[in-house]
Amino acid sequence: MLDGTKAETTERTALRINPAKTCQPIGAMYAALGIHGCMPHSHGSQGCCSYHRSHLTRHYKEPVMATTSSFTEGSAVFGGLANLTTALQNIFSIYNPDVVAIHTTCLSEVIGDDIPTIIKKARDEGKVPEGKVVIHTNTPSFVGSHVTGFSNMVTSTIKYLAEKTGKTTDRLNVIPGYLDPSDILEIKRLLGILGVNSILLPDTSGVLDTGLDGNYTMFPKGGTTVEDIKSMGDSFATIACGHFASHAAATQLENQCNVPAGFLELPIGLTGTDRFINAVRQYATIDIPEAIEEERARLIDLMSDLHQYLHGKTVAIAGDPDHVIAMTQFLVDLDMKPKYVVTGTPGQFFERRIAEILKDSGSNATVKQFGDLFELHQWIKQEPVDLIIGNSYNKHIARVENIPLIRFGFPILDRGTHRLFPTVGYTGAKRLIDEMVNAVLDKKDRECDEQWFELIQ
Amino acid sequence: MSEFEIKTVTGEAITAQALKEEMLKIYPAKTKRKREKQILSNDPENTPEIGANSRTIPGIITQRGCTYAGCKGVVLGPIHDIVHITHGPIGCAFYSWLSRRNLAKPVNKGDTNYLQYCMSTDMQEEEIVFGGEKKLAQACREAYALFKPRAIAIYSTCPVGLIGDDVHAVARKMSEELGINVCGFSCEGYKGVSQSAGHHIANNGVFKHMVGKLDMEQTNPFSINVLGEYNIGGDAWEIDTLLRKCGIHVVSTLSGDVNYDQVCSSHTANLNVVMCHRSINYMAQMMETKFGIPWFKVNFIGAAATAKSLRKIGQFFGDKGLIDRIEEVIAAEMAALAPIQKDVTSRTKGKKVALFVGGSRAHHYQDLFSDIGMETISAGYEFAHRDDYEGRAVLPTIKVDADSRNIEEIHVEADPQRYNPRKSPEQIAALEAGGFTFRDYDGMMKQMKKNSLVIDDISHHEMEKLIAVCKPDVICSGIKDKFVIEKLGVPCKQLHSYDYGGPYAAFTGAANFYKEIDRLTTTKVWKFVIPPWKQSPELQASMVFGKAHAEDLTPKRSMKANKSAEPAEEA
Repeated sequence: MLDGTKAETTERTALRINPAKTCQPIGAMYAALGIHGCMPHSHGSQGCCSYHRSHLTRHYKEPVMATTSSFTEGSAVFGGLANLTTALQNIFSIYNPDVVAIHTTCLSEVIGDDIPTIIKKARDEGKVPEGKVVIHTNTPSFVGSHVTGFSNMVTSTIKYLAEKTGKTTDRLNVIPGYLDPSDILEIKRLLGILGVNSILLPDTSGVLDTGLDGNYTMFPKGGTTVEDIKSMGDSFATIACGHFASHAAATQLENQCNVPAGFLELPIGLTGTDRFINAVRQYATIDIPEAIEEERARLIDLMSDLHQYLHGKTVAIAGDPDHVIAMTQFLVDLDMKPKYVVTGTPGQFFERRIAEILKDSGSNATVKQFGDLFELHQWIKQEPVDLIIGNSYNKHIARVENIPLIRFGFPILDRGTHRLFPTVGYTGAKRLIDEMVNAVLDKKDRECDEQWFELIQ
Repeated sequence: MSEFEIKTVTGEAITAQALKEEMLKIYPAKTKRKREKQILSNDPENTPEIGANSRTIPGIITQRGCTYAGCKGVVLGPIHDIVHITHGPIGCAFYSWLSRRNLAKPVNKGDTNYLQYCMSTDMQEEEIVFGGEKKLAQACREAYALFKPRAIAIYSTCPVGLIGDDVHAVARKMSEELGINVCGFSCEGYKGVSQSAGHHIANNGVFKHMVGKLDMEQTNPFSINVLGEYNIGGDAWEIDTLLRKCGIHVVSTLSGDVNYDQVCSSHTANLNVVMCHRSINYMAQMMETKFGIPWFKVNFIGAAATAKSLRKIGQFFGDKGLIDRIEEVIAAEMAALAPIQKDVTSRTKGKKVALFVGGSRAHHYQDLFSDIGMETISAGYEFAHRDDYEGRAVLPTIKVDADSRNIEEIHVEADPQRYNPRKSPEQIAALEAGGFTFRDYDGMMKQMKKNSLVIDDISHHEMEKLIAVCKPDVICSGIKDKFVIEKLGVPCKQLHSYDYGGPYAAFTGAANFYKEIDRLTTTKVWKFVIPPWKQSPELQASMVFGKAHAEDLTPKRSMKANKSAEPAEEA
């Protein structure tokens, strides 16, 4: 397995091998699914839409609906106006969404299709029914990563829709980041306990985690409503989780509607969740209820109980930058040693931030933005680690190097339930500890000499 | 035999035409005009013309993918001992990385299986603006330095075509510089109307750049290639094992679990049998013209179909020893399979299935379902052409439209040295006189019932309508539809990935499939979909049960727990 990978690293300037990222449009599609009644639309060849829907479906095991402009050679030459206009007419006639959220692809970006003009023309021609919303974002695949695409779609949604009436509401905006529906539910649960009225954008809970009851609705109950997105301009503050996925949208809202923005990291792990709760406390001027402190104390209790199994363990972490940053912080909280820290998404901020987090941890880590899993594997071959944390694409390295893999982030394609259990909040932190400790102990139980195989540990 | 009819959920008959109209109702006029050519009430005797291989209508939720997916993802991607570099932004390489289950096992332990690697030029804005040829050449050098592969295949993605990078020129240059075979494929996603264009481009490239590069002597006279078999879930291994039992040697499977040398020496086989007609018929044709290798269609999906295919291979070679061995193998395999088939059929007989997938599977799998007494009420391909529906007889009448014209038709001539017709004209005439057919594919519609519904490139809306009106017992489709279908309470069997199961080919695979369909149609989960309070909303009934249950819990009556529950059930 991965027999072509040798320990010695060489400089590569052109060849990406085993990426730790994918392209912008899939992130935009995912973000658009977090708008209520929204049909994401991929403006390009139909392969893009097909690949994105397939991959999101493999992770969420839920219907993922999106349409495409189905470009052919003719549209590639003459532009996508006709295709997008026809698409809009068909989408509203057949599927009748409240919102169509268009994202571009590398093809339509290179052609240079002017989406707002096409939308306007379609509206003028009556192809977009009265009262329906059409928004767009530019997601050139040759810039950034899927996280950039996600951020672009959230930012554009705000740009198109958020309004300020001048009457500030009692609601707090939360831009939660590129999270699973279970994470969104957990954030909403925490906000509920804190007694804070909130608007989350995007909100894929109730869209990509629906039950099986014999019915199918193309536009399920979940998702942030257009009405709520509009009123985000009147909220008293915004908390944005994640530099790469969420901060741009909060900045947009601050500039557009003067809503004060708090820039946080993902509420994953102890410190991340503490900062989130504390920020909500400060913005909403509330006292923290006992229930939250009890939850937190249970996590601390677990950290104390199991500290011995995690302390000093070396870890390779790969994935999306906001997730990796938050996870690195949590590993430091647990006195573990992040040894290799990689994201495929480009951005110098990543390396700076990881260096800050690791500064006093005693961990001498190799950190890389715009990196890939091939190089990560080479480093592991040079000096192994105790655990790998990342998405399913790390499973080959984990198997061939006999290192447990903690599945974390997007996408998880080979296990069924990760999407259902949050990694955010104190609850999520407990689950992460559970997975890490079990992985360490399972390996020990499987491999230790018989005299060290113990019943109680 | 009673007349075939499609039944609605309430058990009434509905004509395919009425069902079609129900599906079309919602469409805007122009969309309706296009879609109605692609949905037909079947007549196997007099197959109507279907509007296949036409453009997907923008805005329609389609199953289809792109040309790149057909070229890299389907035909070339499975060659496991060469490096595959996708030239473009990262997405296309990423999504085609181990996402199709074309399993592979390197010949020697420790050989690199390149399917585990995703390689891309990961084009950035700079290359889009200034061109990506230099980066592509450098990527080839880096790949060679790291892996020393036998060959490198380069795949163009959408923007590459638009910015005008010449991947073929880079490939030629790199071939010279690195001293290995480097070939480029212009499979930009927007070419053609579906994956199908990519298959054709891949066939052309493999034929031009690989087939015939390695001459070798075949010691077994019964040496064949299995074309259009991609080893999804290990199917090619089942077929290989079965053929070996019969004494037939597989030179090359295009392109399931195949290595470069096998592809390059595939012209040394004496027969090509074609599984997936859509994706590889070009190759069969070209190999016949250049090397004189005859071909015909087979199907190793389904026990009856497998036996028929084996017998046809036996008949082709005309060797008594081989024919006898084939009969022995069929008898032994059928004997092992029969009890499973019988047992499963007792539960599946009469159940209805609909299949919408690919370019051959929606046809092949009808054979498997018919093995266990299930009836196909509706089927269609995702990216097939008219000949896959109506049979190759219609080939001369297919109009070549602008999209098909974009795909190169390479001119092939008999190889001056190596053209070797495997059968003399007399032998061929004798075989044909006995009803034997070459270059044959009758298509899906001839095998389907009169008044069944054929749907090309089914849309999401049509799928939903089909379920709402007739709720088949099983639908075969792909990952994008799977969970929609299952939300509606119908089990869905993926025929691209096999839901990570399989193999389903040959007799051994058929047993797996029978059991899988048995599982899907008998699983309890579908019975749990409606909660008990919605099944019998009468409040009183549940109160009686509640009371009885409460009484059961009292110590003096605990011994009678099971008994006292019975009357409660009746209530």
